[in-house]
Amino acid sequence: MSALDFSTKIGSKRFSNPIFTASGCASSGSELAQFLPLDEIGAIVTKSIMTKPRTGRATPRMAETPSGMLNSIGLQGPGIDTFLEVDIPWLVSQQAKIIVSIAGETVDEYGVLARRLRAVNGISAVEVNISCPNVENRGQVFACHTDTAAAVIEAVRRNIGGELPIVAKLSPDVTDIVEIARSVINAGVDGLALINTLLGMVIDTNTMKPKLAGKTGGLSGPAIRPVAVRAIYQVHQAFPNTPIVGMGGVASGRDAFELILAGASAVSVGTATFGDPTAVIKIKNQLSELLTQRNFDNFRDAIGFAHRGV
Amino acid sequence: MNPQKINKSAVQIEAELLSNKKVGPYHHMVFAVGQMAAFCKPGNFVAISVGGAQSSLVLRRAFAIYRALDKGPMGGSVELVIAPHGEGSKWLCGRSVGDFVDLVGPLGTSFGIPTVNANTMLIGGGYGSAPLFALAEVLKNRGCRVDMVLGASTANKIYAPLEGKRSVSSLTITTDDGTAGIHGQISEAIPRLIREFGTEVIYSCGPMGMLSAIAKIAEEFEISHQCSVEESMACGIGVCMTCVVPIKHEDGIKMVRTCIDGPVMDGSEIIWDRKSVLDVL
Repeated sequence: MSALDFSTKIGSKRFSNPIFTASGCASSGSELAQFLPLDEIGAIVTKSIMTKPRTGRATPRMAETPSGMLNSIGLQGPGIDTFLEVDIPWLVSQQAKIIVSIAGETVDEYGVLARRLRAVNGISAVEVNISCPNVENRGQVFACHTDTAAAVIEAVRRNIGGELPIVAKLSPDVTDIVEIARSVINAGVDGLALINTLLGMVIDTNTMKPKLAGKTGGLSGPAIRPVAVRAIYQVHQAFPNTPIVGMGGVASGRDAFELILAGASAVSVGTATFGDPTAVIKIKNQLSELLTQRNFDNFRDAIGFAHRGV
Repeated sequence: MNPQKINKSAVQIEAELLSNKKVGPYHHMVFAVGQMAAFCKPGNFVAISVGGAQSSLVLRRAFAIYRALDKGPMGGSVELVIAPHGEGSKWLCGRSVGDFVDLVGPLGTSFGIPTVNANTMLIGGGYGSAPLFALAEVLKNRGCRVDMVLGASTANKIYAPLEGKRSVSSLTITTDDGTAGIHGQISEAIPRLIREFGTEVIYSCGPMGMLSAIAKIAEEFEISHQCSVEESMACGIGVCMTCVVPIKHEDGIKMVRTCIDGPVMDGSEIIWDRKSVLDVL
């Protein structure tokens, strides 16, 4: 039996294996470095960065839920200057494959961030997070409307130049995710990241008040995996040639395989890392074993397999 | 923080449960952790997976280390004092000797030790007293005076084991209901005790309300105050950004992670007034 070809591609860029971290679930990598070699991960997707340092929301920011959790961080971060001065050079020094996630309050902010990234060495792709649920106003979630989603991607496309693949991160909290996907594909993305967290809420029945200071938060973890599988399946069916970075409650190699069968070209591990710092490596190894067991000698043959013959 | 320094002593291990004893409303649990024990300092914590492989509880639980023994009869071990409040801690307290748990540690900051002899006061609320006994031992060996003050809502919630009392110069108990020691909230007793003992440094661990009251007293007396804080935590290793507390910063406030920049923090840097934080955010 020949060795498994585990590599995958997003746009023009090749990755040695398809298991990535999920944005916001690996910070900028340094915290995990004590537990695993960062260069063994397909890619580190960094926490979404904005132009300015950001405090984020008040606490409590977290509530555990059945097979999941709500988070309400509000994009706390150091801002693009510090990020490019400190985090990126450090990740490069670790030989990590880097996908930078960006977030903005306005279309212009995304353009500014894309411009800042165009000359940075060592980045393999840009994830455009247009679907963070932890904003004051639902109208600020660009991924909720085809026109705003496309406007952000156009701004990034105009400013980024060159070959750097653009991946748009979409929200499942929409009526028709295929239409949102269509709008960003037409605006020039190279790939899609599916799915961001779902907007959720927990009320503490002792205090009789919302548990989170921000009231609502993003639901993640195995509880949302069937939603991720559905979204990936629908979008892959409509756009089989657009690579999808799948995510949503992946906690084992079997879970990653499920998203791949639905149409994901790569899989990000998020909440599982909170429960187990080495989850991403375990999942990568489990997936590799599973693919071999199922007689795949090329990972890419498994992508979207559930669609064949249907 | 320097990226090289984050979690630098932490390891992930399968730790065998060596002992599990009920002590009042708490469980005293001992885990075999091998060489990890040598890196544990008073104030550090461990994070443990709960619920088993098929559990719906997806997050680790963080526990302050009560004591770490480098070279015990079973090799290195850590001891925890756990209150079985929620599903996760109940599951953990229900483990049997010989069971294994997935444990990550040591994590977080530790209590700073004075470089010169000082009169220290260690204040613990409920099972918040747990990390203070190992601290008392270190301080005592340094030649410091160690006055311990433990408070709880009622007598049986005071955690003060015999072996823990060896290192203290005095032990004062307070209970909200008067069932043991001084009747009243722990913070009410502190100013008098500070004067009596000539306290120069305060260490505290317990609920945020108690820490906030002590921070105010420490400020009035102009004495240094290191406190071990508690905030809802998802990962324990610095990646999730949920366990933050607001600290004073040149630009207003800054949110710092209690798993990496804490749990032990300088009480004077923390912004304790919740409303003032909410107003800014």
